[in-house]
Amino acid sequence: MTKIIEPSKQSSIFRRPSSETGIWSWITTVDHKRIGIMYGYAAFFFLLIGGLEALILRIQLSQPDNNFLTAAEYNAMFTMHGTTMIFLAIMPISAAFFNYLLPLQIGARDVAFPRLNALSFWIFIFGGAFLYSTFIFGTAGAPEGGYLAEEVGWLGSAPNGGWFGYQPNAGMKYSPGTAMDYWAIGLQILGIASLISAFNFITTIINMRTEGMRFMRMPVFTWMTFAVSFLLAFSLPIIAIALFYVTFDRKFGTTFFLTEGGGDPILWQHLFWLFGHPEVYILILPAFGIVSEVLPTFSRKPLFGYAAIVFAGFGIAFIGFGVWAHHMFASAISPVAQAGFGLSTMVIAVPTGVKIFNWLGTIWGGKLKLNTPMLFSLGFIGMFVIGGLSGVTHSIVPADTQQTDTYYVVAHFHYVLFGGALFGIFSGLYYWFPKVWGKMYNESLGKIHFWLMMIGFNLTFGPMHWLGLQGQVRRTWVYAEETNLQFWNIVVTVGAFIIALSIIVFMINWIFSKRTGEKAPFDPWDARTLEWAIPSPTPVWNFSTAPIVKSLDDFWHTKYSEDEEGRAVRREEADQILLELEEDGLNPSEHIALPNPSYFPIVLASGLPFLGYAVIYKSIPLALIGTVLLLIGGFGWGTEPLEEEIHIDSDE
Amino acid sequence: MITLYIVSTLFLIIVDNINMLVKNIFKLKNLKFSALILLSACIENAPLDSLSPEGPYARSIDELFWLTFWIAVVIFVIVQGALLLSVFVFKEKPDSPEPKQIHGNTKLEILWTVIPVIILAVIAVPTVRTIFDLANEPEDALKIEVIGHQWWFEYKYPDYDITTANVLVIPADKPIRLEMWSNDVLHNYWVPKLNGKRYLVPGQTTYLNLHADSPNEFWAQCGEYCGLSHSKMRGRVLSLSESDFDAWVKNQQQNANKLEGNSLAAEGQQVYLNAGCTQCHVIDGVWDVQGDRIAPNLTHFANRNVFAGAALYNNEENLSKWLANPAEIKPGTFMPNLELTEAEINALIAYLGTLK
Repeated sequence: MTKIIEPSKQSSIFRRPSSETGIWSWITTVDHKRIGIMYGYAAFFFLLIGGLEALILRIQLSQPDNNFLTAAEYNAMFTMHGTTMIFLAIMPISAAFFNYLLPLQIGARDVAFPRLNALSFWIFIFGGAFLYSTFIFGTAGAPEGGYLAEEVGWLGSAPNGGWFGYQPNAGMKYSPGTAMDYWAIGLQILGIASLISAFNFITTIINMRTEGMRFMRMPVFTWMTFAVSFLLAFSLPIIAIALFYVTFDRKFGTTFFLTEGGGDPILWQHLFWLFGHPEVYILILPAFGIVSEVLPTFSRKPLFGYAAIVFAGFGIAFIGFGVWAHHMFASAISPVAQAGFGLSTMVIAVPTGVKIFNWLGTIWGGKLKLNTPMLFSLGFIGMFVIGGLSGVTHSIVPADTQQTDTYYVVAHFHYVLFGGALFGIFSGLYYWFPKVWGKMYNESLGKIHFWLMMIGFNLTFGPMHWLGLQGQVRRTWVYAEETNLQFWNIVVTVGAFIIALSIIVFMINWIFSKRTGEKAPFDPWDARTLEWAIPSPTPVWNFSTAPIVKSLDDFWHTKYSEDEEGRAVRREEADQILLELEEDGLNPSEHIALPNPSYFPIVLASGLPFLGYAVIYKSIPLALIGTVLLLIGGFGWGTEPLEEEIHIDSDE
Repeated sequence: MITLYIVSTLFLIIVDNINMLVKNIFKLKNLKFSALILLSACIENAPLDSLSPEGPYARSIDELFWLTFWIAVVIFVIVQGALLLSVFVFKEKPDSPEPKQIHGNTKLEILWTVIPVIILAVIAVPTVRTIFDLANEPEDALKIEVIGHQWWFEYKYPDYDITTANVLVIPADKPIRLEMWSNDVLHNYWVPKLNGKRYLVPGQTTYLNLHADSPNEFWAQCGEYCGLSHSKMRGRVLSLSESDFDAWVKNQQQNANKLEGNSLAAEGQQVYLNAGCTQCHVIDGVWDVQGDRIAPNLTHFANRNVFAGAALYNNEENLSKWLANPAEIKPGTFMPNLELTEAEINALIAYLGTLK
């Protein structure tokens, strides 16, 4: 068996941490797999919180003129629901997949910058904690000169200007208190985390591909990671600057968005959506990638139109920067701009359609195994098509001026981001469960989860189309009884609780399967990509020997050849190859050097919330604490000895 | 250049004809009617319904929506059908052979790129045309200014020198040009049965056309999230026949009479003048100095069937609730609780009832 040799040499005043197990091993880890797992759990935690907020909103809306929540609480809840789901749940859960899978799919031992990877994770954690500390420290209230009948309460002292933070409503005059500062600075911190990982992944994909892994041999999930990383790198700086403007307006009296000082509130909308629309593709492209892995595997066919899917993905990412004003069709933009952005929005439907048709081409003529990951991927296609088609109705600008800001839009983007992104994510969670834990999940519970979620999802978001067309406006705390919207609102609320039930089933499955599930073979799905060519759970060192790739879906081709009809035929030697791969994967025959754990990513990251608090409370001492932590982190990082690597040697 | 121009014009004409063809094939109206019956099984008389237009602007949007809707339905059926069909046909069975390893098909790729482009072009032409039709200023339109406040709409008629709130009164079957801006945050003016939404922006003027077929009452609602009481920023649009509208204008141009004597209403007038109401509210002929904070002009308060941003019907019960503590009904409101006694409230209600 393998042993891990600890070097005794100490070449600096700092010792690098050496824990292999226990809490410190997780805090100091730079292993992309562990970071991926931590990203996943943290994001799932926030998904539960965001879901809880959604349930609270739905209870309030189940009756007309309900008083379950106050207006302040309702506004805080919908702001935090949106912000949480986008920035703290879906984005980081995608990051979890990127982290865990990207190096495995390209045959690498880790990402290009392991410590930056850890830094990105810890900044995300501190950013999320900072944002949520608003419930303890934040304050909110009526606009300057306005009156409230009752105290705002802790539930209402969260950011309340919407996740889109439209100015000037989210400015100091109309949203006094500190809650919106927590929002602006919290997003700023989270943005840093995403930027760091974006550059890390871009560098990894360009430089760390194993021998023979040409670009056009990369799995589609890796391609989508690549596209998302570029989207992040180009769109986050825009929101970063806009958020600085907001913070300066709120804290230091500038007037970037205030008309009375010569500013322009519509400027915020342009900046926000110039980030915000690419953000939509940041949320959905990872799911496209997951589905493009799952469908071929469970259809036992190669992905139909690999190149078309890759280029369509990049087409979507590129055009995604040219459609932002379709969020502003009712806003103060000219008819020429309306026409232009309406057309560009129609154009983006074309590459999206190409993807969907290619996925259909993939399953057509296949031999479909309807396991849970496949069900979620098929569900993804079905639900995403609905979201895509309702999206096309938004490009019809005049129709959009009826639909915008109503529940029709809420229905649309939940079909895209829940029926799309989240279904894709669940598909991926089940698909790679055996790889991550070395155990099989419970198939029956998985199917119950899928069907419950499918029913709950459609009950929740299907009727919302109708409610929107019947005039239920978004972000409204109450609706009048005379609007006759009650019936479908009750249905929606019931649907939301069915979704909650399905999530509980998922959690039970996860917890018990992880403990007591059957041991997973290393290639349970007869899959196609490199991560299945190594043992489950993935060894610390990923690959014992760097794999050499000769074609797209190389791993599949080592197992299968084609007969004269073009049907897949299992090679006689396939079983032998798999046995050798497993044996080899567990017992590296060469000397492996892995990057050392480090204390400094978490130290450096811990400085940022202090800087955030320093800006909110204009406090020099807090700024000093934050700066000192940053400096210690940076200095320690820079002077850490690099040569004290963990070495793994085989006994032979 | 000329060739290009001719070709593109021809293309547009062809596309436009396809558009007409599609409309005819689907017999839009009939299908739409049956779909409505199906969908409206549980909702009747939704006053904010965007699918029952009552004017030419809303109708042109509606037609565009249903055109897109039916095209989307066809695509939906094809794609979901293909999805379900493949699942049922190609689901793994004990005797299924290994599938053929097909990597793609260039002809198909081109086909399913080009067909969506053509479909979208069919939708694009009427879309662009409608955008400009809706934006054009109609001839002989009545100009009305709409000013957004947290959380109510103010209306000014520059031609008639009228200032009012919450209820927009317009002549039926006549184009209306709204010139809109906001006094504070972004708002969004929406009368679903007459037209789509348009933002009210501080420091900028935006425009929206309305046109109601016949005399009727319509609901309005602020569409853009504008703070605590966004959901209660509502409105009414009242379209009147020509003679009724003229009578309304005449009445609105009258000042209120200053009440003398010892009636309850006259007491109410004293409350209005002394309790602090005049800081924000104007009643022409009684108190016409507008304070810094603008609140609805009350000169013809009793003429309006709703108040408080159209969140409440104008009746005694609602008025006494509102006057006792406005923030209870509209959180964040700028109207303070003046701690009026019950007697003062009753007097005020009596007075407000005289402001016809």
